[in-house]
Amino acid sequence: MTGLSIQNLSMSFDLPNGGAVQALQDVSLDLKSGELLSVLGPSGCGKTTLLNIVAGFLAPSGGGIILNGKAVHGPSADRGMVFQKGALFEWMSVRDNVSFGPRMQGQREAEYKDEVDHLLEIVGLQDFKEKAIYELSGGMQQRVALARCLANHPDVILMDEPLGALDALTREKMQSLVLKLWKETGKTIILITHSVEEALLLGERLLVMAPRPGRIHTEYRLPFADLGVEADLREVKKHPDFGVKREEILSMIWDMEEEIMGRSEGSK
Amino acid sequence: MTPFLIYVAVFVVSFYLVTKLQGAGIRDYTSLKTVTFGDESAVRPNRIAGVISIATIFLIWGIFTGSVLVPKPLHAPAAFEGTAEFTYTAQTADGATDDALVRVVVHPREATVEKPEVPAGDGFAKNDAAVVAQWRTVLIPWDKNDETSRKEGTKIIAINGQPTGPGKTVDFDFGSVTLSDKGTPNFEPSRGLQMESLYLPAPETVWNRTVKIFKEGFRNFTIWEHLGFSLYRVVFGFILGAVVGIPLGYAMGLSNWFRGWFDPIVEFMRPVPPLALIPLVIIWAGIGEAGKIILLFLAALWIMAIAARSGVSGVNISKVHAAYSLGARKWQIMRHVIIPNSLPEIFTGARVAMGVCWGTVVAAELVAAEQGAGMMIMTASKFQNTDIVIMGIVLIGVIGFGIDMMMRWAERHLVPWKGKS
Repeated sequence: MTGLSIQNLSMSFDLPNGGAVQALQDVSLDLKSGELLSVLGPSGCGKTTLLNIVAGFLAPSGGGIILNGKAVHGPSADRGMVFQKGALFEWMSVRDNVSFGPRMQGQREAEYKDEVDHLLEIVGLQDFKEKAIYELSGGMQQRVALARCLANHPDVILMDEPLGALDALTREKMQSLVLKLWKETGKTIILITHSVEEALLLGERLLVMAPRPGRIHTEYRLPFADLGVEADLREVKKHPDFGVKREEILSMIWDMEEEIMGRSEGSK
Repeated sequence: MTPFLIYVAVFVVSFYLVTKLQGAGIRDYTSLKTVTFGDESAVRPNRIAGVISIATIFLIWGIFTGSVLVPKPLHAPAAFEGTAEFTYTAQTADGATDDALVRVVVHPREATVEKPEVPAGDGFAKNDAAVVAQWRTVLIPWDKNDETSRKEGTKIIAINGQPTGPGKTVDFDFGSVTLSDKGTPNFEPSRGLQMESLYLPAPETVWNRTVKIFKEGFRNFTIWEHLGFSLYRVVFGFILGAVVGIPLGYAMGLSNWFRGWFDPIVEFMRPVPPLALIPLVIIWAGIGEAGKIILLFLAALWIMAIAARSGVSGVNISKVHAAYSLGARKWQIMRHVIIPNSLPEIFTGARVAMGVCWGTVVAAELVAAEQGAGMMIMTASKFQNTDIVIMGIVLIGVIGFGIDMMMRWAERHLVPWKGKS
């Protein structure tokens, strides 16, 4: 019973003006240990809500999450989270940020020091250990966030558009790093993104969600993540299937967007 | 009006001179900007303007107080000092006229001067003498020693040969003489353009007084005790306010019930100026030390509570979520996330609170105190010691500035991440 199971999840809540929102409807999904799932969809499709429920920050109005045979209630150290930005602790050095999880479990420095040093080396920040967070660039900050999450040994890593705030070049480098970390650590990863390319490159499985109500639209199994572990990501993008899939998914999302626009215009 | 015109003139003239002389020298990046009007970053304080600005204040202060700091030829005309003489022409009811001399000694206010001797002179109008302090006027009882009097119908018809009458004024070098409605000459020595030291003492007078007070103290306490008492009240009241206000603000930022319970109180008390509480605090706690501490406590309390509350609500929710996902428990989140994250806000609040407290303590001491900076200037003003008042204002300003600088310094060193997330 290892792995993450999302069972008939639905989420609806009342609005202050009397209306109600159906953010998720009957979402079910099984992730085996070590799978990398990327989630794609137009805005308002409930992908961040889904992630927040898995992380335990939101209680679903129906259904549940089972992680390794146990039902999930509330946030816990077994599900690590990487945010888009602003989630690092500016008042701590890089090292203290990365060792935050172990320190909160009451570990002493001797216990976590090697691990933290090793992680900082993997993400290429060994020379920035004592620097303050605000002295780092955006890409370096996200690498700290990745290392901080890994230092805690979570079973599942949840990434909410982790590379969304980075420039295109840094983003490409970080995509390789995410793949490398995924292969090296064998963690289960759910990654939310706005970028179709990123979803294709990183997702071993890819979930396209549709909005209003948020639901699973299509699921793909992709070879590109495995290719990307060994090859240059730019080479992977030249793969004939890559372009085909990208166009297919893009037009799918465009259709959804148009449908939303049409619907909201019609309701006026 | 004249001081203001001089000020504007110095401003304009030095602007043209300095910009002309200085303009060519600077070749840095900003000097190459063509758009400076509207680009705030291209506006840098002109150091020379700053120096001239301060110098001008002292220059004008010196000019209009006759200070030794300013060369004598620059002094504004001083008030007349010395012996003034004028003649009056009296006319009896039957038309006979006679001249008499009036000699008035005009002396500085703090000096005491004997009435000058004058020979009586001939004729029915006898010579008169009087003394008067600078900036004051004196009535000349001209007919007291004359052979005729106003009751018999004698009146003054001219001063220094110029015809005059009741209500009319005759000017001459030393001042002016106005006849009162009843015909008595009222001598006003010339005031000049300088300020009376009662209103504005010269800079060196203030400085000398400052040195003297630093040596001898004021009203049974040294100057350090006066300032120390004010500072002690501020620090003590502020710390009490912070010790109660910060936890209160945290509670309001973390609990619905606390927020609901204290929101109306805090939101109502915040806009009440602490000065408005002085009467109530005096009624309740008297004019002693306790009253002042309570007042400053109340001044700091609401500011600190609101600062702490907004510090909590300013936490990026991602940070809290991240900490929970890393396995932190509630108290660990409090200790490692919420408190450090709210420190910048709390420091901003502390700076505001210290400023408000310093203003409030001075005001409270103005009302009633045995010692303190505010008491010092209030007591001095009652005894017309304007130099001490000015000294006190400057010292209060310097300390207020020092407090703010210290808070900024502490802020830079304790929350270096402020404004950099």
